Amino acid sequence: MATRLKDTDVVIIGLGAAGGVAALPLAQAGLDVIGLEAGTWLTRRDFAPDELRNNYRGWPQGVQKANQEIPTSRANASSATAPRGTIHPMQNAVGGTSLHYWAQSWRLNPWDFKVVSETKRRYGTSRIPAGSTVEDWPFGLDELEPYYDKVEYEIGVSGQAGNVGGRIDPRGNTFEGPRKRPYPMPPLRGTEFIEKMTVAAKSLGWHPFPGPAAVNSRPYQNRSACMYHGFCNRGGCHVDAKNSTAVTTIPRAQATGRLKVVTRAHVTTIEVDNGGRVSGVNYVTDGVEYFQPAKVVLLASFTYENTRLLLLSTSKAFPGGLSNNRKQVGRHYFSHHQGAPVTALFPFDLKSWYGLPAQGVAVDNWADDNFDHANLDFIGGGNLWVMSDRRPIAAAGMNTFGRPRWGSAWKAFIKENADRSHSSYIQKTTLPYEDNYLDLDPAEKDPLGYPVCRITAEFKDNERKIAAFTQDKMEQWYREAGAVAVNRAPVGGAMGISTHAYGGTRMGDNPETNVVDRFGFSHEAPNLGILGASVMGTSGAHNPTLTVQALAWRTAEHLVSNWKRIGT
Amino acid sequence: MTFISRRDLLKRAAAVGAVPLATTSHVGALFQGGHDVRPERADLQRDATAPREPLENLTAAEADLLDAVVARLIPTDAAGPGATEARAVHYIDRALGGPLASSRQAYTSGLAALDRYARSSHGKAFAELASADQDAVLTDVESGKAAGFTGAATFFALVLSHTHQGTFGDPYYGGNAQFVGWDLIGYPGVRTMVTAADQQRLEKGELKTNHKSAYDYDAFTKASGKTGAL
Repeated sequence: MATRLKDTDVVIIGLGAAGGVAALPLAQAGLDVIGLEAGTWLTRRDFAPDELRNNYRGWPQGVQKANQEIPTSRANASSATAPRGTIHPMQNAVGGTSLHYWAQSWRLNPWDFKVVSETKRRYGTSRIPAGSTVEDWPFGLDELEPYYDKVEYEIGVSGQAGNVGGRIDPRGNTFEGPRKRPYPMPPLRGTEFIEKMTVAAKSLGWHPFPGPAAVNSRPYQNRSACMYHGFCNRGGCHVDAKNSTAVTTIPRAQATGRLKVVTRAHVTTIEVDNGGRVSGVNYVTDGVEYFQPAKVVLLASFTYENTRLLLLSTSKAFPGGLSNNRKQVGRHYFSHHQGAPVTALFPFDLKSWYGLPAQGVAVDNWADDNFDHANLDFIGGGNLWVMSDRRPIAAAGMNTFGRPRWGSAWKAFIKENADRSHSSYIQKTTLPYEDNYLDLDPAEKDPLGYPVCRITAEFKDNERKIAAFTQDKMEQWYREAGAVAVNRAPVGGAMGISTHAYGGTRMGDNPETNVVDRFGFSHEAPNLGILGASVMGTSGAHNPTLTVQALAWRTAEHLVSNWKRIGT
Repeated sequence: MTFISRRDLLKRAAAVGAVPLATTSHVGALFQGGHDVRPERADLQRDATAPREPLENLTAAEADLLDAVVARLIPTDAAGPGATEARAVHYIDRALGGPLASSRQAYTSGLAALDRYARSSHGKAFAELASADQDAVLTDVESGKAAGFTGAATFFALVLSHTHQGTFGDPYYGGNAQFVGWDLIGYPGVRTMVTAADQQRLEKGELKTNHKSAYDYDAFTKASGKTGAL
């Protein structure tokens, strides 16, 4: 029998990028908040500049709860399940994956909120891809802008604004929606190669600009500026210059005296009372079961676990899983099409051994609806991103452009070329489809005996056409900068497990097709809020984290303003 | 001190009577290699005295065979030291008892299958074959065409990946000895800070290579600092 703990106002499941942000406005408003985190605190000492540890051994994710419940994956209902990986792409820790993510902190563009209506308006209804369940968001960018702004200043984001109050600045992203004010910090510095790529983009008539990063380009809030030492990709920051929630919003929320952080809390289910309201959360630590009662539960455990916990939380009121009486939990799933990279070989060293993946030059000319699709056979597009990020083991494993992969010829090749290749990162519009979904795996279980999440999803024609189109643009860009060889990866098949996983608890006004309302609260269990990209109905062509954080702040603020109605 | 090739190392060891645990098949493979060329750079020199250390996971025969394999994957040749000098097998042997433990069985069966295929296709144990024949065997294993070797391509990819880790990973883990892997690809070294001036030096080819492990920095060792709550 679980030990019943003292009641609290709000319990947050997961203190990562989303939950860690939501805790702050709640605590500042005087609500008592308990943050249940499966991982532990990690500190600067845990973040060694060690590629083996970060990128091959899953440290500091190596002892993670998430690694024991990695979802299974298959392309579609009739294909075989792929072998499960051994390292979950996300990590459990106070701060979650915001400790070791790339920290690219993009806003979505205006079109991403209005994909259906804008596509119909500009190109006609027939241009919505067949089988897609995409909907407009219940609001536009203007509604989210104040929250983007709050988060950018609260955690610290460096970047170059391209549109302040409608004034276009060609040094920034000229396609971005209007923002109230510039970024709180200037962009991260460039390198010779980034500059070369910037010049090449301009000569093609494109609009290159430095990307936004939740990394300090100068000291911010008494934390250091970035050291550019080169171990940011799946590595935590040894000087706290990466603005994870573990060094920003969470300690600030703790300082109010209202946030209690409970580490190593492995949440198993959410409890529901006879009236269909959630009443608290069950969790296990070292084999001991606890029940944490709460007036409101905020679920913030990443897309796969959000879906799984809802489906595992069955009750009289919700026999098919919490908030799933309309069978929408797990639907509208998609993972960002970030694959299909283009790799180029240059006849000169790029001097890319240091830096970070959030340091680079972006082109948005071929993203979203920033170009005319009238004569194209797809909608959406991709953000082209060229960053400074190279580590030795990965460099040795570089694409050899058709040459042998080992032996003396290979060795001579990498001796000359280890610092001469570059792989682009192209994030592409990805849509939800009728037959892409998450559910519980019928066979695989975690160590506590609960089924793991199962992904059934594949990229469709629209995503593959965007991939081929953006590969053309990327190759053009590399060639303009002097590349002598270019290799394109296949355009994509099964979606598989991803750090950019969306849907499963989509947000929208229509309760028949969405799990949460426009403020992130369940259509069916009114005191259950859901945070994370699981509420997002479109991906845009940019990293989701800042949008997730802006939404989390907005949900928390809504809860504070409506505490009497939602919390009691 | 000059660069000591494996062949010289064995000769020298024999001369002083401290014969290392090398099999005759080893010596055979080395002498038929034809790739033992001395690198020119003095900073690639390696101490000839092999440290006294056990095989932690591989058997002696498995280690000998794996030595011969990695010596073909990243050979010691005109481009400098290879996986042998990096001590990639030492890295793999240690890691198989820890982070790579799930691969232990793959080495047991894969190495046995590889040797069996060498005998069936070329009539000799892998380590006794001439380099060109060893390469032919490995090419068949890589492409999955090695008859009677189920999962050959997967095993090859596994070994190649671990050989990269043992050659280009942080030296703390027992490979990349004397930083030979990092020097091969021109990696200028682990730093905890790269200033704008450092980056400009790098771009001008003036940045001094920093031969350091991550754990040469106190900040990341057990000894340092104070940690907060769990």
